[in-house]
Amino acid sequence: MNESINLKPGQINGEKGIWEMVIGLEIHAQISSKSKLFSGASASFGAEANSNVSLVDAAMPGMLPVINEFCVEQAVKTGLALNAKINNVSIFDRKNYFYADLPQGYQISQFTKPIVGEGEIIIDLDDGLQTTVGIERLHLEQDAGKSLHDQHPSKSYIDLNRTGVALMEIVSKPDIRSPQEAGAYVKKIRSILRYVGACDGNMEEGSLRADCNVSVRKSGEEFGTRCEIKNLNSVRFIIQAIQSEAERQVEILEEGGKINQETRLFDTSTGETRSMRSKEDAHDYRYFPDPDLLPLEFSDSWVQKIRETLPELPDSLKKRLVTDFGITPYDASILVEEKDYVDFYQKAANGKDGKLTANWMITELFGALKKENISLSNSPISPENLGQLIALISDGTISGKIAKDVFAEMMISKKSPSDIVKEKGLEQVSDDTEILKLIDKVISENEDKIKDYLGGKDKLFGFFVGQVMKLSQGKANPGIVNKLLKEKLK
Amino acid sequence: MSDLLKFDLLSASIALKNKEFSSLELTNAYFEAIEQTSALGAYLEIVKDRSMDMAKASDKNIKNGTARPLEGLPIGVKDMFCTKDVKTTASSKILENFCPTYESTVTQNLWDDGAVMLGKLSCDEFAMGSSNETAAKGNVVNPWLKNSKMSPGGSSGGSASAVAARSALAATGTDTGGSIRQPAAFCGITGFKPTYGRCSRWGIVAFSSSLDQAGPLTRTVSDAALMLNSMASYDKKDSTSANLEMPDLMNYLDKGIRGKKIGIPKEYTQDGISEDIVLFYEKSINWLKDSGAEIVPVSLPHTKYALPVYYIIAPAEASSNLARYDGVRYGKRNEAASLDEMYEITRGNGFGEEVKRRIMIGTYVLSSGYYDAYYLKAQKVRRLIKEDFDNVFEEVDYILTPSTPTTSFELGKKQDPLTMYLNDIFTVPASLAGLPGISLPVGLDKSGLPIGIQLIANSFDEPGLISTARVLERSAEFNFIADGAAK
Amino acid sequence: MSNKESIVDIPTVNKIARLSRLNIPEASKQNLTNDLNNILGFVAQLDEVNTSDVKPLASVTGHKLPLRSDKVTDGNIEDLVLKNAPESSSGFFVVPKVIE
Repeated sequence: MNESINLKPGQINGEKGIWEMVIGLEIHAQISSKSKLFSGASASFGAEANSNVSLVDAAMPGMLPVINEFCVEQAVKTGLALNAKINNVSIFDRKNYFYADLPQGYQISQFTKPIVGEGEIIIDLDDGLQTTVGIERLHLEQDAGKSLHDQHPSKSYIDLNRTGVALMEIVSKPDIRSPQEAGAYVKKIRSILRYVGACDGNMEEGSLRADCNVSVRKSGEEFGTRCEIKNLNSVRFIIQAIQSEAERQVEILEEGGKINQETRLFDTSTGETRSMRSKEDAHDYRYFPDPDLLPLEFSDSWVQKIRETLPELPDSLKKRLVTDFGITPYDASILVEEKDYVDFYQKAANGKDGKLTANWMITELFGALKKENISLSNSPISPENLGQLIALISDGTISGKIAKDVFAEMMISKKSPSDIVKEKGLEQVSDDTEILKLIDKVISENEDKIKDYLGGKDKLFGFFVGQVMKLSQGKANPGIVNKLLKEKLK
Repeated sequence: MSDLLKFDLLSASIALKNKEFSSLELTNAYFEAIEQTSALGAYLEIVKDRSMDMAKASDKNIKNGTARPLEGLPIGVKDMFCTKDVKTTASSKILENFCPTYESTVTQNLWDDGAVMLGKLSCDEFAMGSSNETAAKGNVVNPWLKNSKMSPGGSSGGSASAVAARSALAATGTDTGGSIRQPAAFCGITGFKPTYGRCSRWGIVAFSSSLDQAGPLTRTVSDAALMLNSMASYDKKDSTSANLEMPDLMNYLDKGIRGKKIGIPKEYTQDGISEDIVLFYEKSINWLKDSGAEIVPVSLPHTKYALPVYYIIAPAEASSNLARYDGVRYGKRNEAASLDEMYEITRGNGFGEEVKRRIMIGTYVLSSGYYDAYYLKAQKVRRLIKEDFDNVFEEVDYILTPSTPTTSFELGKKQDPLTMYLNDIFTVPASLAGLPGISLPVGLDKSGLPIGIQLIANSFDEPGLISTARVLERSAEFNFIADGAAK
Repeated sequence: MSNKESIVDIPTVNKIARLSRLNIPEASKQNLTNDLNNILGFVAQLDEVNTSDVKPLASVTGHKLPLRSDKVTDGNIEDLVLKNAPESSSGFFVVPKVIE
């Protein structure tokens, strides 16, 4: 490969030219409902095997589905947040296939008429640029159960706790062109879901997972044959899986081979994708409208009521943060990633220097929390205390350097910064006479170096500043120290 | 003892309340009748201990003056209804050991109203059949012309045979394309399929969800009204259940039909109907006319397409509804090394020929490339069939048709599936339109087999259908008893 | 639907049987094929009906889909759920090993 070419993200430099990726994502988001989509069993995570299972979920003969109102509302809310068309009439279809963790022998889903149609979202990329990704549709469907294959040498064990849990499948258009964009897209969807409260977005527990459709093509050519990588449950894996799958496809194509349209799994240990053996059978899902359910219908006024319950969404909040607090769009995009973040920020920055607050929150606070592996909701530093710290810096009570010490102390003791400053006497010294006393002391103790300085060794000035600061235990206002020292040594 | 069998549901109910005899005595009489007629093979399971307990509890209620509408009346249950702790097999080998932990809404309604359960009645496997010959444990015999081994019809063949043989005072049935009305006609009793949505489907083994509907098989129209009063209910557990109050049908028994218009569809008098049936159809028309109804010729032009539509939609839904019988959570499993093999052997051995045939048809018509040509097309023609009825009900109040093109036929005479399907030619159209239909006996053919006539009403007009059926019933004076009935 | 491609042959029967997870003995395949062809031939009458402006009818009920409120009203009945299982172990259903 020619390494010298400057590739854009999502491009692969093969032996025979530059390839680009075409990516579409299907995100499965578990709706944050108490009970399942069509049964009254709990949708909670981590219960004893088969305890969150009703006779409906176990597909006992004669059992029938009844839809959960909350789940319908969440789908509509999410649809509105995705700027998408809400379909006032939608249909539930059966997707028929046999699998051990699919008790009915079909999944209730929406095929021809989903509850939400086309929409679009804006995603933020690391370089500060934005791009738009189209949403093809959003539909409601049931989750499947879980098969455990490692409990017995010749048997699989089946737990139906997740069977029938409500999922929203959000299908993007094939608008994504790099693994990084895919990652940003997932983050944005997760953020929107959390804002509207439709899904907790917890990827570790599987409440958000993605199937990635990946193909490659030479720029400007038709879409290539795609492969679907199933069930990715972290942004990192999504990025890795897409990259490795695209590279695999390029290798095959450049060797004159053909891509088989197939379902693949991502092996997290090797970082590569592999074909799914059990899905080799040709699929024919025989979708048809579920005769146990009638069309789902609602009025415009009902949709309007849902619209009124929507919180301010990330894109609008971001704009507002830039205008109201004067921060950079990039910082704003980080702060609106999570609803927690922006709530915290708005409390902390209230009446303070917005830019400084953003810097401290993103660099210092997020850094410290990450190091300690604490979430923002459990932060030892409250938004009010962070705001107070910013105020102490802005009004010159403490220097930025001292502020870092105070911050560290706040992380440990949870005390307010003004208490810490008072207790430890850390107020900045800005009084000229106080500082002159310190300067005189430094001059008298360093007569040789003064001579050298006056003789032309300019670099020593920094040394004197340092000595004064040291003597003040860091409390002297460095600006004033500079000014007075310069006057003194003229 | 045998005297007690002469009481029908309504008269037995009155006699119990008048303490002419006890529910325990009545129930015992029915167990003797079950024994006496056991060769008919109507019962798959009897629950004598439970029956006795229920009868005793009923006698207590009657004594205390707290009798409920069906208090102490012993009835049979088609094996399509899940009954708690009582084996429920849908007459299939695949469910031969299945014992539900729950009770269907319809049967629960019956027990809540005081009925006594005798046992479970045979039917065609998963209610797929018109002769009761697809039942895993073998066919049921019609008590009429008992030495000739006639078919009781299907799929509710066990229910119809038991009621006709007086081994049940009444029975529940399910009707998808005629499974209540056709066996009722074959066995000389009344069979009532209410409007789709009247009876909850919760806990009934599903065959074709958009068509399945429970209803009673009884000796008289009044008994049907009494049973349906209890069976019907709005059920939040069934999304297709109708949230519509059902008037007390007992108030409509003697309303008469003066001034009502009865439609006679020209499409229902085609070739292939037996002469005797045509004769009694004409008699029925005249009886209704003599009772003050106006007879109006009508047309349901898409009638001939009802059977083809039915044999696409019902198998399609069945192929999906029966996917759950996979040997994993219940039912009889055939062991195999791999999951797919286990499925194939379990289902291959567990289902009978007719069920497999319908699953195959259903899978085919839904499969990729054929969906539009078959399933979607059938759904469109289904709308045309429904619109035919909508149009006719603008003009008339009820429609009168024969229930079946022929009377019962001999069991075991191998028929090809298609000929068998033609049995339901008069019952299927109302099923596709979701309309209520009742079949009642109006006479015997030359060989002494009962003839049934069907009345169809507009959606949710069960009260009017009962009034009309009562008029016909009184005129026909069908007082024959099957020679194979318990004595 | 009455055109040649809808005529079922034994390979089609094999395919449909596989989709339906039905083991069909070799000996009965020809009969089954004939039955299916007869039935499909019979339903092909629908070709005569002009349905170009007709919407499909999936449900005869006139009412809207009822919604239930989001409450946990069911579950914690492992014993009932597993009671009829041909094979179960420590709270799980057990099936022949599935290879993914």
